[in-house]
Amino acid sequence: MPAVIEARDLTKAFGAVIAVDHVSFEVRQGEIFGFLGPNGAGKTTTTRMLTGVVPMDGGSVRILGYDIRKEPVQAKQRFGVVPETSNAYVDLTAWQNLMLMGEIYGLDRNRAEQRSCDLLQTLGLYERRDQKVQGYSKGMKQRLILAMALLHEPELLFLDEPTSGLDVQSTQMILVLLRELNADGTTIFLTTHNMEEANRLCDRVGIIRSGRIVAIDAPERLKTAIDRIHRIEVSFDGEIAGDLLSGLAGITGTARTGDKWQITAEDQDTAIRSLVAFSRQEGMAILTLNTLAPSLDEVFLRLTEKERP
Amino acid sequence: MNPAGTSEQVRRAWAIAKKDIRIYYSKGPVLIFGIFMPVFLFLAFFMGGRQLPLAFLLSGLMGMTLFFTSTAVSPAIFPWEGQAKTLERLAACPITIEAIVLGDMIASILFGIGVTAVTLLIALALGLSLLHGIVLGSAVLLAAVCFSAIGMLLAVPPTNVPSNIMMLSSLLKFPLVFISGIFVPLEQMPAWGLALAVCSPLTYFTDLVRYSFTGAHYFPVPVDITALGLCTLVFTAATMHLHRRTMPRRM
Ligand SMILES: Nc1ncnc2c1ncn2[C@@H]1O[C@H](COP(=O)(O)OP(=O)(O)O)[C@@H](O)[C@H]1O
Ligand SMILES: [Mg+2]
Repeated sequence: MPAVIEARDLTKAFGAVIAVDHVSFEVRQGEIFGFLGPNGAGKTTTTRMLTGVVPMDGGSVRILGYDIRKEPVQAKQRFGVVPETSNAYVDLTAWQNLMLMGEIYGLDRNRAEQRSCDLLQTLGLYERRDQKVQGYSKGMKQRLILAMALLHEPELLFLDEPTSGLDVQSTQMILVLLRELNADGTTIFLTTHNMEEANRLCDRVGIIRSGRIVAIDAPERLKTAIDRIHRIEVSFDGEIAGDLLSGLAGITGTARTGDKWQITAEDQDTAIRSLVAFSRQEGMAILTLNTLAPSLDEVFLRLTEKERP
Repeated sequence: MNPAGTSEQVRRAWAIAKKDIRIYYSKGPVLIFGIFMPVFLFLAFFMGGRQLPLAFLLSGLMGMTLFFTSTAVSPAIFPWEGQAKTLERLAACPITIEAIVLGDMIASILFGIGVTAVTLLIALALGLSLLHGIVLGSAVLLAAVCFSAIGMLLAVPPTNVPSNIMMLSSLLKFPLVFISGIFVPLEQMPAWGLALAVCSPLTYFTDLVRYSFTGAHYFPVPVDITALGLCTLVFTAATMHLHRRTMPRRM
């Protein structure tokens, strides 16, 4: 499979802050590639360099065979972008926004109208097409922006946190459409800080932290890394010394906040059994016991640890 | 279709211009700086009781109108769009920065020409006779391009606060009006005033308008046209070059 996106040593600094630091990766034709990282990791900056919105300080980008610096218009003609912040023209109606895009992408009027009708219907905006975008909810705006990005039937689609902060209905609609597009052959590059979303949607995931790529892998491999680390929150009706807990079978670490203990465990089942046994042995009752999903940071820590020899 | 070809990019620039016309013509600051300001400035001057012939005053009015109107739209578009984040959308579209700038200039030019046409009708209604229509037409066209390029040039500093740019442009526009022979005929200017006047493209335009209505002129007509044409080329090239450099900093 040919690479649709080839990024080599992509680098960008804002003053002293190195937002993106020698990032290299490839996205293959037909895949959904997730770019996953916490806020401030450099996802937006990377996406903007890939799409030719801001210049790079170093490195190179080829999109569909075009060098984004040398032939930006040719490359842009063939991909669509949903930027991080909503940015349709709020003084125009949805329909006018779409017609503007049609003209900027050089579509003939009939095709632009036909595509606009289809997309607005798919995204549930057709009835509101003649209303100014000013009055749209955030979710409606985001759906319109997706329609604007898809009008010219791009073979590659960039989305920067497309579902962040959206209502459930819009999120669902967008995710369903993305899967359909991908099934029809569209390659998708998507950034997110939501690990679940990346897991459900993506064929491969690149993880970025502080401007550096930490891992690129299939989500299954990520999941394995996640499953290996668990947190349990527990509280008892009496005082106990911390080192007693950390000595128990299956428990790898303890920390205390208020009257609750935060336990990290390699194996959740063993850890819970030993906590129960421990409380019975000490004659104490367990007041609360919660198992917590691992946080993104923990997964990152885990993955960075793995990288070290 | 070659999307990067000139004809295709010009077509896309026209799409930008239509969008600008829809959105920005009716924005408050455009109306204030483009229409009310010159009207009141002129009325203040008109009522001041200066003993100048009507033809002189009305050609001054036309010069000032075109200057204010064609610099009213263009400086604010980039800051507005940077603020509204619509500029990022355009930056990711297959359109060059030059074509975006051209589109914004076209919107600005049409606004200028439209309002100036109204003042021309007023002038004719007040009994002024047009002696050189072709000269006037070409002067208006050339000057509208030149002034809208000046307007775009004012928007080069990558601030996304429209009022900052509006302030900056007033700072430049008002003095320019005073040194360009609109209120004081060039013949009556002191030497230092004249030295300033030759630096302002508005001077040549006002001179051409005056010639079109009265037959009198300060500079020879070919000199006026050449000077205006040169200014247009230089300012247009400069604004496109500079916007290419500063646009990424608005994101
Ligand atoms: N225009 C800018 N000026 C200065 N610093 C910036 C700018 N854009 C991003 N940064 C910095 O670069 C880093 C990466 O930001 P960003 O790419 O937006 O991350 P993400 O999208 O992953 O949240 C952050 O530290 C951010 O503060
Ligand atoms: Mg971001």
